[in-house]
Amino acid sequence: MKQTLEKKDYEEDTIPESELFSPQDKPKPARGDTYFRWLTAVCALVLPLIMIAIGLALLYYSVPALRKFGIGFFFSEEWNPVTQQFGALSSIYGTLVSTILAMLIAVPLSLAIALFLVELAPPRISRTVGTMIELLAAIPSIIYGMWGLFVFAPIMAGYVQPWLSTYIGWIPGIGALFQGPPMGLGMLTAGIILGFMVLPFTCAITRDVFQMVPPVVKESAFGMGATTWEVTTKVTIPYGLVGIIGAFFLGLGRALGETMAVTFVIGNAHKVNLGLFYPGNSIASAMANEFTEATEITYISALICLGLVLFILTYLVQIVSQMLLRRMYRAWSVGL
Amino acid sequence: MKKGWLLLLTLVAALLVAGPVMAQVKSLNGAGATFPAPVYTKWAYKYNQDTGVKVNYQAIGSGGGIAQIKAKTVDFGGTDAPLKPEDLKSLGIFQFPTVMGGVVPIFNVKGVKAGDINIDGSTLADIFMGKIAKWNDPAIKKLNPEAKLPDKNITVVHRSDGSGTTFIFTSYLSAVSPAFKSGVGAGKAVKWPGKNSVGAKGNPGVAGQVQNIDGAIGYVEYAYAFQNKIPTIDMKNKAGKVVKPSLESFQAAASSADWNTAPPGFALMMIDQPGDNSWPICGLTWIMVYKDQPDAAKGKAILKFFDWCYKNGDAMAKELHYGPMPDNVVKMVQDGWAKEMKSGGKALWP
Repeated sequence: MKQTLEKKDYEEDTIPESELFSPQDKPKPARGDTYFRWLTAVCALVLPLIMIAIGLALLYYSVPALRKFGIGFFFSEEWNPVTQQFGALSSIYGTLVSTILAMLIAVPLSLAIALFLVELAPPRISRTVGTMIELLAAIPSIIYGMWGLFVFAPIMAGYVQPWLSTYIGWIPGIGALFQGPPMGLGMLTAGIILGFMVLPFTCAITRDVFQMVPPVVKESAFGMGATTWEVTTKVTIPYGLVGIIGAFFLGLGRALGETMAVTFVIGNAHKVNLGLFYPGNSIASAMANEFTEATEITYISALICLGLVLFILTYLVQIVSQMLLRRMYRAWSVGL
Repeated sequence: MKKGWLLLLTLVAALLVAGPVMAQVKSLNGAGATFPAPVYTKWAYKYNQDTGVKVNYQAIGSGGGIAQIKAKTVDFGGTDAPLKPEDLKSLGIFQFPTVMGGVVPIFNVKGVKAGDINIDGSTLADIFMGKIAKWNDPAIKKLNPEAKLPDKNITVVHRSDGSGTTFIFTSYLSAVSPAFKSGVGAGKAVKWPGKNSVGAKGNPGVAGQVQNIDGAIGYVEYAYAFQNKIPTIDMKNKAGKVVKPSLESFQAAASSADWNTAPPGFALMMIDQPGDNSWPICGLTWIMVYKDQPDAAKGKAILKFFDWCYKNGDAMAKELHYGPMPDNVVKMVQDGWAKEMKSGGKALWP
């Protein structure tokens, strides 16, 4: 039998004229509605206004430092309050390095933990550990800082750093990272503490994302004979990838601006060192340390200019993450 | 019911009338340096019990204190680093000292006890500049021939936050070592040149870090070292004598200092003072008030409070390991009040 598709004319599906509202007939919105709309609009406006105001204020107060040091402010390592010479390089470098270290620790760990909780662990353990992760996220950062200073730093100084410098320090290239005085404080310790701090956030969101993968999708993969590993790598992770990346950018934003925990363990030296054991500093820690006692205008202005750099840095991270997410969403158009 | 309303109304009216009057004499607000905050708080507490006047002091740091008094949001400001004479003049501020304290070098070397070693100013400066990097360096050995000093690296622990303690300490090192003066200088935060140096936040941070690292040296306020029993290093003073840090040696420094030639605002740096018993690293902390007080009652209340502190506060200060001001200094301060503190052209004191 031969089947053909025949063109068939359907009646046009239009609403008869009589049933349409003309503008005059449209029920007038109650006055309360208008007020409410304006009220919410004003509330919504407050947020961007505050952001713009903060940005402008930072820019305004950075002018004295920028005028004095020019573009060189961002490339100078010199930071000397006595001679009033300031440069942001060591702080920017420290912020980036400590954040990268933190993400290197937080990303694989939170993926592993989330997978274990969702795919492998018995429900009771999964629930308990899940609650503990949320509790960890609620701990104030200064507690992480003090724990880092009094408990973790001695461990680093006594065991971890000597071990690293003996067994990895000699390798050409990567070994250069594991050099410096084993004091326990420094870039590496700060990065690890930051990683621990970010972990609960990324982990909690990653777990939620994995949980939102529809069981039907996973079960169909299992039905095709896929192993747990295959389901995880080929179904769960790709499905939730957009959400996972979003979680990591959230963690990244938090790591960039973290102040107290970093201040306690980073060593607070305005120096750029390749070795991760050397003390360094970050933008947020420099501001927390020095703002209270800064009295000269150039000094204050230089500190505020550091704040401006952090402001822009965080903003860029947000923009990049948004762009990345949108592109991925368009490319795969799957998932959450 | 009606009576109740009437009562409430009278109460509110009474409060409205009495409120501003009460506020004028019943409370004073100050802000600034953290170093003297414990003793100011204690004085304020006792003063409130004795007179009913409430004095609030917010320990927000000297920089904050100066900013707040400039903005006129507080009645008095506290600072650990004196204002420059030209600033005092242009702002019309009267500055006077309240208490003094000492800064002590602390250390942690296995096998060496507190008081076992002493050090002089230029050697201390070399250590903090990273020029002396080992504990058995000849310069340290020469001062301590009997001490068993190990072949251990010195780790310098300094304050990472801007602080009056750092200001006093670096002022001393600059005064005794020309190399330190040209290479580092004095300030509330400085650029520490040593490679083996690490910054820690606050007195607890420095003390904690020194105790963590074998071979570390640092500096903290005396009160902090004393209360936490942290090993200190004795100092060789200007007279060439080895002194231990104590309230007595701080006060010896204060009484041998030459107050008559002090810069305006009693901006005397109590470092490297003469006298056999003088501890070489001491510092004052100051209060800042406007010479011209817009409100006479308030101006008087401020001076009354500090007069009470000078008269009754010595024992409380000593309990907290601060050195009170010698009597001759108090007299100089109060002469200054009589001469310079005014409200609407009229003298506020006595």
